[in-house]
Amino acid sequence: MTMNDVLKSKTFAVGTVVLVLIAIWYFSAVMLNAPFQRELDERAKLSPTTGQFIEATLNQKRPVLPAPHQVAVEIWNTTVEKRITSKRSLVYHGGITLSSTMLGFVMGTVLGVTLAAAIIHVESLERSLMPWIITSQTIPILAIAPMVIVVLNAVGISGLIPKALISTYLSFFPVTVGVVKGLRSPDPMQLDLMRTYSASSFQTFWKLRWPSSIPFLFTSMKIAIAASLVGAIVGELPTGAVAGLGARLLAGSYYGQTVQIWSALLSAAFLAAMLVTIVGFADKAVRRRMGIMQ
Amino acid sequence: MTDIQATDAASGAGGTAEDDAFRVIEARELCLTFETNDGPVHALSNVDLTVDRGEFVSFIGPSGCGKTTLLRVIADLEKATAGTISVNGMSPEEARRKRAYGYVFQAAALYPWRTIAGNVALPLEIMGLDKAERAERIARNLELVNLSGFERKFPWQLSGGMQQRASIARALAVEPDLLLMDEPFGALDEIVRDHLNEQLNQLWDRTNKTVIFVTHSIPEAVFLSTKIVVMSPRPGRVHDVIDCNLPRERTLDIRETPEFLEIAHRVRDGLRAGHAYDDE
Repeated sequence: MTMNDVLKSKTFAVGTVVLVLIAIWYFSAVMLNAPFQRELDERAKLSPTTGQFIEATLNQKRPVLPAPHQVAVEIWNTTVEKRITSKRSLVYHGGITLSSTMLGFVMGTVLGVTLAAAIIHVESLERSLMPWIITSQTIPILAIAPMVIVVLNAVGISGLIPKALISTYLSFFPVTVGVVKGLRSPDPMQLDLMRTYSASSFQTFWKLRWPSSIPFLFTSMKIAIAASLVGAIVGELPTGAVAGLGARLLAGSYYGQTVQIWSALLSAAFLAAMLVTIVGFADKAVRRRMGIMQ
Repeated sequence: MTDIQATDAASGAGGTAEDDAFRVIEARELCLTFETNDGPVHALSNVDLTVDRGEFVSFIGPSGCGKTTLLRVIADLEKATAGTISVNGMSPEEARRKRAYGYVFQAAALYPWRTIAGNVALPLEIMGLDKAERAERIARNLELVNLSGFERKFPWQLSGGMQQRASIARALAVEPDLLLMDEPFGALDEIVRDHLNEQLNQLWDRTNKTVIFVTHSIPEAVFLSTKIVVMSPRPGRVHDVIDCNLPRERTLDIRETPEFLEIAHRVRDGLRAGHAYDDE
């Protein structure tokens, strides 16, 4: 690899951005933690050098903004160093959030596709359902989530299902909108062709509309799976902080454990990135199987 | 032509309905008006047309003369607003439901996620044919359009001309007696087009199907047809019907003969008289 190739490579581009972000992060950590550190030093009547002062701001126990290495150590300690079954393991909490994310995502995708199929077949449904579907997404999820949890708890449903339902609520929407567009994407000539064969609408759906909508479906699913994760985390907030990444966030904020909050946040972001990547791979695999070039 | 009709008559309905047995298309005073925001557009106005079995009929005319619309009415993709039309003695809708025709569009319209064999199989799957029958028809019709060996290729791996041939194979696989072709070679270059015209002539000669062919190329129409319907625009109507009694088997050389040029000249005159060359 020549120098030029290195400069143009994706790894280099991503790496540079990461380095810049970490630099900004360190700088912000020093700036934000400095006032409290100054207070501490005054109280202890210390007069540290600039170097010592900066080091202290980056290693506080409850910093306003934890430094990257503090978060990294916390993540290391709560993943690799802990048994997965431990209540303090991030893998354990991540797994709980992941399970309701996946269940919600699957239900959301099925619901989204079903609604889309209904909408393109029954004209009146578009006019009657679409406004409600859009309205549903304008309601803040933070307002809905506790009610869903509380109401379902009252009828004896708790745990995975209520959280998954919140994920479903967030993830069906992009799927409905995307798949409606996809199912309508065949051009008039392709639809006329089916008409000349006097194909039933069922046949037209499975042989033409559904395959045409696959690229749209995957694009929507990438958005849906990320929304689903957000839904699962939000759903964990009002459960009284039992388990899951949301519970870690909540517990962290109760006890001022900013390092714990940030490590949960980063884990959630990492999980989201992984899920979107997996959907991307599935997209590529399906397209290759269908013989459609990118 | 005559002896073919005679054999058909012997095996056909015969008797008093003899004339009707040959009749594939019968249209009387056919009108089609589109209502638009700028007022009604008369796409077809008092069109009379008869097409007999085994004929190769071309519709020729400038854009807007209703030639594609007329084909679409025959195929029941549009509904006439007045007049009568029958296809194989039935209404166009009944004919479509019975899959009486194969339709070839301006573009190949192959499904990109299906292989060439898969695309030809599409109508056969819809008709509910079993696997063995499908395989047999796919092989036979791809052979007919010289595409044997390309079964497992995807459409994007084929040239435009090959894609259009695959779409013809797809239309033929239904085994209709009537083939409706809407400017099938319009998007192809002239060399490929000449070649496909020759192949289509041979195909028609061998299979003895009735073909209705929309084009805006005079040489193409004269080369392929037994009858040329010259149409003119605003309102869309039939200006003239020219018989084209060249031998059934034709090679491209025929285009140099005086008979060919004479018919081409008459078509051009017809188009001119129908104001086809007027400024829009």
